[in-house]
Amino acid sequence: MKVPISWLKEFVDIDVPIPELAYQMTLAGLEVEQIHYVGLPMSGTLAQMGASGHARKADAKISGFEWDREKIVVAEVSEVMPHPNADRLVLCKLNDGQQEHIVLTGAPNLFAFKGKGPLPKPLKVAYAMEGAQIYDGHAEGAQLVTLKRAKIRGVESYSMACSEKELGISDEHEGIILFDDDAPLGAALADYIGDAVLEVSILPSFARCASMLGVAREVAAILGKPLRTPEVSVTAEGEPFEAVIEITRPELNPRFVLGLVRGITLRPSPYRVQLRLKLAGMRPINNVVDATNYAMLESGQPLHAFDYDVLAGRAGGTAGKLKIITRTARAGEKLTTLDDVERILDEKTVLVCDAAGALSIAGVMGGLESEISEKTTNILLEGAAWNFINIRKTAQAQNLPSEASYRFSRGVHPAMAERGVYLGLELMRRWAGGVVARGLIDNYPLPPVDPTVEVTPADVKRWLGIELSAAQIAEALVRLEFKVALDGETVRATTPDHRLDIGPGITGVADLVEEVARIYGYDNLPETRMADELPLQVGNPLLDKEERLRDLLVYLGLQEVKNYRLTTPEREARRLRPDTPADDKPYLRLTNPISSDKAVMRHSVLASVLENAEWNARFRARLALFEIGPIFLGSEDPGGLPDEFQRLAIVLCGPRSLPSWQPADTAAMDFYDLKGILDGLFDGLHLPAVRHEPVAHPGFHPGKCARVLAGERQIGVFGELHPLVREGYDWPVAAAGTPILAADLDLDALLEQMPSLYATAPVPEYPPVLEDLALVVNEDLPGERVAELIRQTGGRVVAEVRLFDVYRGEKVGKGRKSLAYSITYQAPDKTLTDRDVAGIRTRILRRLEQELGAVLRS
Amino acid sequence: MLEKLNQIQGAALEALDSVADEAALEAWRVTHLGRSSALMEVFSGLGGLSREQRPAVGQKANQVKNALEAALAERSGTLRAASLKRSLEGERLDVTLPGRRIPMGRLHPDSQTMRELYRIFGEMGFQIFRSHEVESDEYNYQLLNFPVGHPARDMQDTYFVEAEGRGDNPIVLRTHTSPGQIHAMRHFVAGNPENPPPVRIVLPGVCYRYEQITNRHETQFEQIEGLAVGPGITFGDLKGTLADFARRMFGQETRTRFRASYFPFTEPSAEFDVECFLCAGKGCTVCKGSGWLEIGGCGMVHPVVLQNGGYDPQRYTGFAFGLGPQRMTMLRHRIEDIRYFYQNDLRFLEQF
Ligand SMILES: [Zn+2]
Repeated sequence: MKVPISWLKEFVDIDVPIPELAYQMTLAGLEVEQIHYVGLPMSGTLAQMGASGHARKADAKISGFEWDREKIVVAEVSEVMPHPNADRLVLCKLNDGQQEHIVLTGAPNLFAFKGKGPLPKPLKVAYAMEGAQIYDGHAEGAQLVTLKRAKIRGVESYSMACSEKELGISDEHEGIILFDDDAPLGAALADYIGDAVLEVSILPSFARCASMLGVAREVAAILGKPLRTPEVSVTAEGEPFEAVIEITRPELNPRFVLGLVRGITLRPSPYRVQLRLKLAGMRPINNVVDATNYAMLESGQPLHAFDYDVLAGRAGGTAGKLKIITRTARAGEKLTTLDDVERILDEKTVLVCDAAGALSIAGVMGGLESEISEKTTNILLEGAAWNFINIRKTAQAQNLPSEASYRFSRGVHPAMAERGVYLGLELMRRWAGGVVARGLIDNYPLPPVDPTVEVTPADVKRWLGIELSAAQIAEALVRLEFKVALDGETVRATTPDHRLDIGPGITGVADLVEEVARIYGYDNLPETRMADELPLQVGNPLLDKEERLRDLLVYLGLQEVKNYRLTTPEREARRLRPDTPADDKPYLRLTNPISSDKAVMRHSVLASVLENAEWNARFRARLALFEIGPIFLGSEDPGGLPDEFQRLAIVLCGPRSLPSWQPADTAAMDFYDLKGILDGLFDGLHLPAVRHEPVAHPGFHPGKCARVLAGERQIGVFGELHPLVREGYDWPVAAAGTPILAADLDLDALLEQMPSLYATAPVPEYPPVLEDLALVVNEDLPGERVAELIRQTGGRVVAEVRLFDVYRGEKVGKGRKSLAYSITYQAPDKTLTDRDVAGIRTRILRRLEQELGAVLRS
Repeated sequence: MLEKLNQIQGAALEALDSVADEAALEAWRVTHLGRSSALMEVFSGLGGLSREQRPAVGQKANQVKNALEAALAERSGTLRAASLKRSLEGERLDVTLPGRRIPMGRLHPDSQTMRELYRIFGEMGFQIFRSHEVESDEYNYQLLNFPVGHPARDMQDTYFVEAEGRGDNPIVLRTHTSPGQIHAMRHFVAGNPENPPPVRIVLPGVCYRYEQITNRHETQFEQIEGLAVGPGITFGDLKGTLADFARRMFGQETRTRFRASYFPFTEPSAEFDVECFLCAGKGCTVCKGSGWLEIGGCGMVHPVVLQNGGYDPQRYTGFAFGLGPQRMTMLRHRIEDIRYFYQNDLRFLEQF
């Protein structure tokens, strides 16, 4: 909300510099996001030093500029003359209070006075002299320029009458400012209308501050100054009027107030009113609309002005029979709003109606028919209270954010309705003429209970950790206009009738403790270490394991990535062969995706990492990536929460070594590089008994894919991507023929298999015996079985079995292969003799032959 | 004879002077100390000498032999040193050429920052409690004191998941880690409903907001939330805890500031700022001249939330805070674009 400082000062004396005010407001919860200077001095953007000796800088963005008090003044134009050489320029005879000048301007709003001779009533303008700094009216945005002497079309020019844009008031540059007649000639403009606008962010709990008076009340409490609450005194001299107000749903419409003003004349509001509205961010329309807006900005109560005669007409010409009904709409009911849009309403929408039908959408927007028009002379003014949740829903459903719905959807206290109507009527009377009818019609079926809350020094101590006396607590609350009674140590505080944010019971205690803390100052609260007992420390073993696994993957040379969980089924389908049937598990689909490529929660972490590989292949020949993260599967139970499972995905591709200026292993990584990484990972995790077996998977090469089992639990699959899957990604030409290796592992299973403890063996004391055995087996026998049998048979004496060669060819015959193993025999308790080794070897070879058909290659 | 030995010594030493390499030195040794050298002939001729001559000549011959051997050793040492020097000179490398890099893995910056946070809060007694990313409206909002239709919901734009028949309790992607507060409190209460134990946990994880992605705003982001509940937790404890955290995370001199704010699930609520560690509070472009950096939101746990968690608000108080790890990473490493975190461009990730 934009808050002109001049408006605040009507209600509270502000004796601190503006940046200090902004700083204190920000600390108290009214964050000042921007300070826009409109003429007032900008000195002291760095406020005083705080208690710590640390500068208290306003966090706000600073804009605008200070008007030179000597060079920018109120002047009057007594005659507008044609320019001798230019039709679109005029010359003004202008008096700045000291002397006369001829000032050149192209302002269209002066053309009506051109060549009319001396004006009967001079025009008051904002006059900037030579050397004054103003904004360039023709430049985009805000650019300061200094007025210099120049010749324009043969006429000397050294000063100007300013537009609002040139003074930083608004973007208006169509004409110059024409002040009200009472503007003081020769006065420094900064003294006359200089201002500074605070852009204040209003939090939902500060709904009471969505008005000048609301902010002023808060500022008064923060600064410890009295608040000058305006007496709403309306001069009502007209005949009373009659109307019936029927409220069908008091919980949606607790109060409805009507006032009447007769015989108004529509015209523009006085300039200073328009200026206020503009600085507060609203567009002036005419004196009646401006009065409703001004009253809303000042009091916080939105008002709605009806053309009384239209309503009287709808009531059959007899105004006395006027009946206002508030009710919810019938489903599909229609109303054309004042923006000339026919709106289809739902049953939650509350309407203000008369006997003939709907007039307006309550609290959101008026209807077109009963709106103020040029013919309007009598105004029926509505001030009502609405349920904030209902208004919020309607404003959202109709996509109609407005200043009124902004306030109503945050909550306006029903007590404000009467005050708002009185203020609106009085402003119309002053600005639009007319006579206010005596009395209001007020239906108030559901006055809210303003909670009375008991709070004690013990509560304050319990929540804030400070010792305050009951009197000190009371003093803080009184500053915020609570009605307070002291009863021993108990402060009984009744909520003032302008706020709805104080709850009952213990919620109310928390609410009041917060108010006390804000007034006491968060800065002044102590910093303490928790004195409470430390809870049982149990750690998070699962997370520890996960972090251990992360470390291992990094040691193995892999780069961690993290992806959006949001994707599409189409993006994910790329990880599988195109002929794979669609994923049968339901996706979690968003009802409101932010973009078409982020519509569902992912089923595959590997799909994410493959996309990362595709992206990075443009910059890097060698890729080694991993991600740990969840996948999301729809619940079996319809409408139930989904399952989240943790997955580990790895993608490898490119040369084995990094490029170097020296010879390096530039062969492309293959299946066994990935398997080596996984072997290292499983080894590092101390997984017991990991097995691999070939498996068919729709993402992988049928001959180069394995699944991993630990015990009976499947850990996952890995291998080389299927050529058709590979083709579905956009790899750079340089990567042609390079295998893409991928692993898709179940992290939950992996961590479950990871023991929390493991034992080590002593370093051997006795020398090993090394021996190589080459064994010829059938081609389709998995090599792992040969090694496993050697280990099993050798028992603890076989310390290591290492494959060092695989040979296929004539020498071993078709359909056979030779596996050459280097075997380390080593006993923990003695030096093995040749006879010991021979015995073991014989047993090994016998079993290999009997169980696997393996023969020793000669 | 003695004269002859003098001549042998003189000639040998003279010849040694012109020996320039190890091959020549070996030749010299064969010539002057070898089996058929003049000196050796003297030794072998000793038997033919008279008794009187023999001791003097023998002694002299030994002297000459020792002298020549000493000279040989010295010469050999000199030659070897010279030859080593020559070969070392020939093996000079360009030490400025690049080394052979071994492929190296790294943790994602989020993991690195999270670990630092786990460590700092862990040492302060906060244990790590994780919960799901997809939540019900009840846990994400209602139990945290955001009633259905409440304007505070406008503060967090929400992703909804398609689901049938859930009415006012739709499935949402969690907009904050706070649902974990309820899960955690209920978990602890379940163990001891009469006397629930004190709570001191951090809740890390990924959250989502229905927001256009720009260089400043992400639709998915990391958050870490702290929760302490007990019989005597105060706002002063909250200030002290976060001030301690800030000193550990951003430097020992870091000042902190608390501004009044609003969150439905805390009261009193505050924004938590730290003095800009890039300019030491003097004002710079990162802190937009204010000298302060917004780090997170915090406050005392709202009584309704304690109640919903199973902790009697008449007996217990608590504080909670929420921090943005990615924002901290961005500030510490001068990252201008939050999109880098999930873009996974190696040209970014390899800088950590
Ligand atoms: Zn800074």
